[in-house]
Amino acid sequence: MHTFAELIIVFVILLDLALAVTGSLATCIRIAALQGVVAGLLPLLAGGHIETRTFLFAFAIIFLKGVVFPWLLLRARDRSGAGKEVETLISYPVSILLCIGAFIASSWLGSRLPLPTANVAWIVPASLATIFTGFLLITTRTKAITQVLGYLVIENGIYIFGLALFVEQPMMVELAILLDVFVAVFVMGIAIFHISREFDHIDTAELSELNDWRRPEDVK
Amino acid sequence: MTNALLLLPLGAGLLAFLIRNDGTRRLLLLYTAAGHFLLALLALYEGPSPVCSGSQPAPWFAYDALGLYFLVITSLVFLGAAFFAVKYLASEKRDPGEDSEAGFIFNNAPEAVFTGCLLFFLAAMTAVTASRHLGMLWAAVEATTLLSAPLIYFHRHKRSLEATWKYLLICSVGIALALMGNLFLGAAGLKSGAGLELDTLLLNAPSLAKPLLKAAFLFIFVGYGTKMGLAPFHTWLPDAHSESPAVVSALLSGALLNCAFLGILRAHNICVAAGLADFSAGILVLFGLLSIITAALFMLGQRDYKRMLAYSSIEHMGILALGAGLGGGALFGALLGALSHSLAKAGLFFTSGLVLMAEKTKRIADVKGLWRRAPRTALLWLAGFFLITGTPPSGIFLAKFLVLRRLVELGHYWLAVIYLFALGVLFTGMARVFIPMTFGEREGKEGEKPFTEPADMMLPIAAFFVCVILAGLFLPGWLQRLINAAAGNAGAL
Amino acid sequence: MTKQLAQYLVVLALSPLLLGVVNRVKAFFAGRRGPPLPQLYFDLYKLLHKTPVYSRTTTRVFRAGPVAALACLLTALAIAPFGGRPSFFAFDGDFILLVYLLGMARFATVIAALDTGSSFEGMGASREVQFAVFAEPAFFLALAALAKTTGAMSVSGIFGALTPAVWTTAAPVLALVTAALFLVFLAENSRVPADDPNTHLELTMIHEVMVLDHSGPELAFILYGASLKLWLLGSFIACSVLPRHSGSWLTDAGLFTAAMFAIAVVVGVVESIMARLRMSKVPYMLITALAFSALALIFQVGR
Repeated sequence: MHTFAELIIVFVILLDLALAVTGSLATCIRIAALQGVVAGLLPLLAGGHIETRTFLFAFAIIFLKGVVFPWLLLRARDRSGAGKEVETLISYPVSILLCIGAFIASSWLGSRLPLPTANVAWIVPASLATIFTGFLLITTRTKAITQVLGYLVIENGIYIFGLALFVEQPMMVELAILLDVFVAVFVMGIAIFHISREFDHIDTAELSELNDWRRPEDVK
Repeated sequence: MTNALLLLPLGAGLLAFLIRNDGTRRLLLLYTAAGHFLLALLALYEGPSPVCSGSQPAPWFAYDALGLYFLVITSLVFLGAAFFAVKYLASEKRDPGEDSEAGFIFNNAPEAVFTGCLLFFLAAMTAVTASRHLGMLWAAVEATTLLSAPLIYFHRHKRSLEATWKYLLICSVGIALALMGNLFLGAAGLKSGAGLELDTLLLNAPSLAKPLLKAAFLFIFVGYGTKMGLAPFHTWLPDAHSESPAVVSALLSGALLNCAFLGILRAHNICVAAGLADFSAGILVLFGLLSIITAALFMLGQRDYKRMLAYSSIEHMGILALGAGLGGGALFGALLGALSHSLAKAGLFFTSGLVLMAEKTKRIADVKGLWRRAPRTALLWLAGFFLITGTPPSGIFLAKFLVLRRLVELGHYWLAVIYLFALGVLFTGMARVFIPMTFGEREGKEGEKPFTEPADMMLPIAAFFVCVILAGLFLPGWLQRLINAAAGNAGAL
Repeated sequence: MTKQLAQYLVVLALSPLLLGVVNRVKAFFAGRRGPPLPQLYFDLYKLLHKTPVYSRTTTRVFRAGPVAALACLLTALAIAPFGGRPSFFAFDGDFILLVYLLGMARFATVIAALDTGSSFEGMGASREVQFAVFAEPAFFLALAALAKTTGAMSVSGIFGALTPAVWTTAAPVLALVTAALFLVFLAENSRVPADDPNTHLELTMIHEVMVLDHSGPELAFILYGASLKLWLLGSFIACSVLPRHSGSWLTDAGLFTAAMFAIAVVVGVVESIMARLRMSKVPYMLITALAFSALALIFQVGR
């Protein structure tokens, strides 16, 4: 079981790297979904007696992250005419090197954190690296849809982090969090539709009209 | 009581989506706001619920003095906003508005959606003030973000959309970090089985794992600090405040920022109870001062008066954080400042809505001599300026003074100098905007007919301003006791 | 000692056969009969009897290149693993020497290509070096991760200590290392998807273009060197996926040789079902390999 959980963690990290290096939007969405599913499976692999509650919750997560979110995002991609490519501000090799660097940093951090249990040693670095990958997607990719994707990846990372810390939250709270994430993705999806309609594209680099120093009409 | 407070706006919000008639829906908004305020007063009369001793499971939603205090502020601001919104929505319906800067006509979001989201937003904020479970608190804060996003995008044009997007993304990601903080907090209490309930956490505070608690506070601070608009996480705030309709700006500034502050105070309280007061207070002081300085820097050279008000909000959030970090009298000042700022800023944002209606532009350079065109709006505008900058007699003056006194008391003379200097810059910067807007020379606009503001819209503004002045002149005993009790819940040193 | 010498000679004798297997597999997928298995032996024999032709612009560097490269590879093979058996040139830290020997072989080839003064070969040399920037650290880090996992410091020591038990405890690391080694193996031997050994379009070639001017015995050296390199890098993969040691030399050697030919079959299958990557995408493949081995090393260090 131990090695198996470790394999899954390695898989999660590899998915992070894949997210950093993939140039196709659809593939990116699917990778993020796959990562969500893998994260959802983790509590079921913890071994021992599995409560119905855990089972149902894992099922809800897998359904949401593996089916609903990719469907929503792919729909948003098609409807908003986002195109097929992920447009990035830095090159892919730099992205992947940043990811590896983040992984090294997070394994150092993970070794310094006084965690309650050190059962699966790699969960914490993996989750931190996933969160970093999410930030990377948000900051270095220009399309609005990749930013939503980055948010989802951060969410995956935080979920895995919660598993690593063995923090038990009541079912209601977990469901409320999940509902919030769902609504967030939903609202962002709607916002993407509107952005594509108003701006004719969803490149967030163009969302720069609001600032403190220069307004287009002042230049005139 | 708590359930009624939560369910009333929730039910009314659902109803708002079903009602077809605009007039009825507006009345629903008004009555719900009034009902909510009455319930809040009733809760205030009942007083805070007794502290859970730990023998029985702690309830997830209950009011302590701090939650009650913020509930009353939220409810009061919302009541004023509802008053204002009734007329505002009617006038928006007649004249959807023209983009003053790009010069094209835009549409508004459907009013049913707007009203429904307003009411849901109130429910979410009520849930924030009532939450005794930090996970629930997180979910509620995130809900406020998601529910207020459609409100910001009421005027459907490019700039409001940009503001909405930034708001959604920055706040969602920021609040995701607060979730991390919650997890750290849970891990810190794992050994003592503290869970994430505020009461059990406070009971077991001394036995929490200190390094994890520190990490938890940092993450929660960054997360809710983003939402609260503390520099350097404030970047969404000026955009969202300047592009949303006046009602929403007032609610964001007057109610929402306070809710985020409440989240930080909860974490600070746990840190204080665990003996990490120096750590969390240091961070609060640092970022509080940083926000004040940032606001002062950006205040100079503002071109948009709603943006300017937004930066003033950042300044006040900085003062709140600073006061909370300094503790003692400053914490009292910070809490009093939260009340006064909410009312004064809400009033100012309402007034800015009137100015926008009168002048159809948000550019400071294009608004001159409001005095001639709309004297009553100009009077409110000027009064708001004096109140918000903390000219006595204003509750804000008292708040700022208490913070300053605490700084000197603790011997932070350099910080006091910086603080005073930044406040001076802010005052000058805002005076440079407000005075010409009110008294400046109107050019080339002869023969225009004077602007008459609806009395209903001015009523909440005037009422709020009077409250702020009263807070500066004389605090009733019950309010003092409430603030003192609230300070006890917010980690008074 | 005799066994160690014998296994060295077996490698020298069998390695040209690997390419024959690869070509037969490709022919099978294409529905052809393909060249006979020992075709490379015939080619080598033919080339060795030819008189080399030299361009007037070349110097001694050009002639020394293939010889130096072959010498490096022959030395490197003396370190290479053979089914978990000790090799006769093994010492602690020899994997560092191995990496540098491969680097020197590359340097000799590249400098010889540059010596022709042809812009065409210069382009090939530039590409070869550009990809090596990622391939060499990937290979090195993979070896370091293996050394860290097994606690041994020499190549044959590493694979001698690699038992099925190590796979059960350190499966993620070993899987990552094997994947990285396979990617490096494909790229370094100019196989699809990094390079296409059949192509003669100048825009797409990497390795082939560097050796266009060589002829006669020197071309034979180069071809033989390429087959040795294929065996050398392949043996790492074969040894890491085949950790079981029986104890008898014959069984081990037989299993290992069989694994080598299985790898050749896999290469043939990969070449038949995959298209060559766009030139600009090849670094990504190597960066992936680098990422795999870096991850494996971090993992192993942090355990």
